[in-house]
Amino acid sequence: MSRALRILPIILVIWIVGTFAWRLIEPDDPTIRSQLINREVPAFELAAAVPGSAGLKSTDLASGKPRLLNLFASWCVPCVDEAPVLAMLRRRGVEIDGIAIRDTPGAMSAFLERYGNPYSRIGSDPTSRAQLALGSAGVPETFVIDGKGVMRLQHVGPIYESDIPEILSALEEAR
Amino acid sequence: MRALFFALALSIAAPALADSNLPPAYWAYRQLPDPKQEAKAQALMEELRCLVCQGQSIADSDADLAGDMRDLVRRRIAAGDRPEAIRAWLIERYGDWISYRPTAEPIAWPLWAAPIILLLFGGAMVAGRIRRKRA
Repeated sequence: MSRALRILPIILVIWIVGTFAWRLIEPDDPTIRSQLINREVPAFELAAAVPGSAGLKSTDLASGKPRLLNLFASWCVPCVDEAPVLAMLRRRGVEIDGIAIRDTPGAMSAFLERYGNPYSRIGSDPTSRAQLALGSAGVPETFVIDGKGVMRLQHVGPIYESDIPEILSALEEAR
Repeated sequence: MRALFFALALSIAAPALADSNLPPAYWAYRQLPDPKQEAKAQALMEELRCLVCQGQSIADSDADLAGDMRDLVRRRIAAGDRPEAIRAWLIERYGDWISYRPTAEPIAWPLWAAPIILLLFGGAMVAGRIRRKRA
């Protein structure tokens, strides 16, 4: 057996141990990102989530002005954390549309009454159809949509106060 | 007695996972009436990854979103969509990662080539042994 062949197992062991060490030091990021960033919002048309308010169509999002599309739910605990931050963004003039995932009008009304309603429109997505079309994997998630209806940024998880600069600059860039 | 108490307590405790306000989607836990279509849907669902429990297929997962994905798959199959079109639709949104079936893209070529390389390597080793024994 040649020398090169004899050191092959040693190289393999080093390679395997190295791979383990690398993944232990730098674990895989389990965040699922939409592949549709920089593409047009896929078509959807949702009925109003609460009686008396407007529903949400994908074409509503191409309004000539950048806006946020927030996926949330009344049963989603981190969405409660996010509510005051969305209110802050609204006070700064940011337009926000919502998609209520798997929710009932009653629970949604109670949620909005308790935590505030920064939304221009809220569409109801009872079987996560719009969520799947958008490439989103959970709540809360927020997309920055530019004036032409192109998705520019996906924020996975609640928007905290510390994320406001990132969101505002993405909205500015989408102008 | 204590053990029984805890077992009972566990059985009535609600899971801490956030569960939504709505019952499962219509086709989440229902089979399609046409067995051929159901078989097609089942085969596809076993190869699609759940977005919530990332190690499970949507056929195995009880997450709400997995139920909604099964509903989507069954509805589309019932409407006459090909399973590969549904898979492509999901890959477009979530990447190759969502399908358990390895892609034929260049990135997976080493994977496809591995059995052939190992077979050649094994064959060469056996051939070497036989030749040495004869000598």
